[in-house]
Amino acid sequence: MARVWKFPDAINTDDILPGKYAPFMVGDDFHRYAFHHLRPEFAEQVRPGDILAGGRNWGLGSSREYAPQALKRLGVAAIVAVSFARIHYRNLLNLGLPALDEPEIAASLRDGDQVTLDLEAGTLQRGEEIFHFHPVPEFLREALKEGSILAYYRRYQKFPGEA
Amino acid sequence: MGMTMSEKILAAHAGLAQVAPGQLIECPTDWVLCHEVTTPAALRMLEERGMDSVFDPERIVAIPDHTVPSMDIKAAKLYQKLKSWAKEKGIRHFYEVGRAGIAHVVLENSGLVKPGETLVSGDSHTCNAGALGCFATGVGSTDLAGAIYLGKVWFKVPETMLIRVRGRLGPGVSAKDLVLEVIRRIGADGANYQVMEWVGETIDAMDMEARFTLTNMAIEAGAKTGIIAVDQTTRDFLQARGVAPQQYTEYRSDPDARFVRVVEVEADRVEPTVAYPHIPSNGHLAGSDPIRVDQAYVGSCTNGRIGDLREVARILRGRQVAEHVRMVIVPATQAVYRQAASEGLLELFVDAGATVSYPSCGACLGMHSGVLGPGDVCISSTNRNFVGRMGDPSAQIYLASPATVAASAVAGYITDPRRFQTPGQTPGETDASR
Repeated sequence: MARVWKFPDAINTDDILPGKYAPFMVGDDFHRYAFHHLRPEFAEQVRPGDILAGGRNWGLGSSREYAPQALKRLGVAAIVAVSFARIHYRNLLNLGLPALDEPEIAASLRDGDQVTLDLEAGTLQRGEEIFHFHPVPEFLREALKEGSILAYYRRYQKFPGEA
Repeated sequence: MGMTMSEKILAAHAGLAQVAPGQLIECPTDWVLCHEVTTPAALRMLEERGMDSVFDPERIVAIPDHTVPSMDIKAAKLYQKLKSWAKEKGIRHFYEVGRAGIAHVVLENSGLVKPGETLVSGDSHTCNAGALGCFATGVGSTDLAGAIYLGKVWFKVPETMLIRVRGRLGPGVSAKDLVLEVIRRIGADGANYQVMEWVGETIDAMDMEARFTLTNMAIEAGAKTGIIAVDQTTRDFLQARGVAPQQYTEYRSDPDARFVRVVEVEADRVEPTVAYPHIPSNGHLAGSDPIRVDQAYVGSCTNGRIGDLREVARILRGRQVAEHVRMVIVPATQAVYRQAASEGLLELFVDAGATVSYPSCGACLGMHSGVLGPGDVCISSTNRNFVGRMGDPSAQIYLASPATVAASAVAGYITDPRRFQTPGQTPGETDASR
């Protein structure tokens, strides 16, 4: 079972990882500062496999990829939000961290919910309730089989899904 | 079915006759812009995978700007990393400290990026260059790494929002007020995934500097980019930088192109606008609340150009920064710095009690040279007012035009710059009458 961490609308990249805790400022432990201003207990208490639930416009702001990277390093399994800001959305997918824009599921998740995520089946289960989400795009699943989009580029010298 | 200018640029690059919003394409990048904060992460990703080559050293531009002149040893190492990589890969377009400034503003003036081209960079304000009629967008380190290595990036073809602006901006009202007003209306995710294309007689009448302010702020509405079609103003701007019309392709949107939304703005009705904490869409009329400021900051890729500094000088001439305010002015580039010096603006700023700092991103993202302390209130010509953006998380950031920042610096609280239309008049009496 995984825990749900619920966040409000408009979580920005500086909420996720404040700019001053960039890897070049604090070293390799930068992920320990995830949500440092907003939820100081988060980085300590989050467990691998946990799910984040957000509102509208999750990840607005900077292109700095170490924000999503901090979440990946902490073992966050997926982010379910009403909507995502686009640079952050790309970064999540490129890093292999599933970003699920599912307004109804995001809205019904509560902080502290215990859930089971099955990415292959496209389901999220809370008690007796089963939520179904749209699968991640085909081309990205193809890339993720290689580990990340960069690994895909290296092997095929092209963009996944192209002829 | 017609296409928008952005769709045409993307189709031409993907080698397709037609593209439609939502379509995934592989897009060659004509230019990749690299700065010292996000590029080293991308290079490490490539090095770890043994992908240690660049697609074309002539098409990569490397400009350290966030932490320069290196503010500490860590920053110095980032600088060294970017510079040594550029040297090793034969990247000629590396800009040394003292010959550069804020990357986006250096690039717009470099004559390198041209209309109809594509540009990516590991920086969200890359959309700035869209005022040249090119498709420019910010990406993360993974996409940046892919672009450096392959010269390509994947895109989902965005929908386009058309923003049509009619009439004339009033005295003391600038492009910054216009874009803050539009973001106030559509929201900080109002253009998420979309292109913001600006048209109309107000845009036609704007100089390039004002247009860059508009496209620069596209990301603050969530947009993939902002874009403005080429006209004679663009051609003249490029010609002055050694780029002739034969060297580029002009694209414009077809009359039957599909726009996801059309936003109509009457320029005459736009007023000096201040985005209150902690989101750029939180716009209010400048001076509608008596908010005392500790710091006034003019600079950034949004508003650190010579026209911005002239506006500040217009208001500071014959006046003093209020006693309790520290004012920091950061020319965006060395060229702006030099021009400001030759016009006597630097002397005027110093005489008014402001300090002038080296061209850099500086305090816009809380790096250095004007970082905010606990509880500080800052009025700033920058682009983002998130919690902690310019320093301590308890600091309050108000975004405004350079004129509003200057007027507020003089008054000591956030004020409407239209109070200072006449030069050199001390505002004492007006202050007392509030």
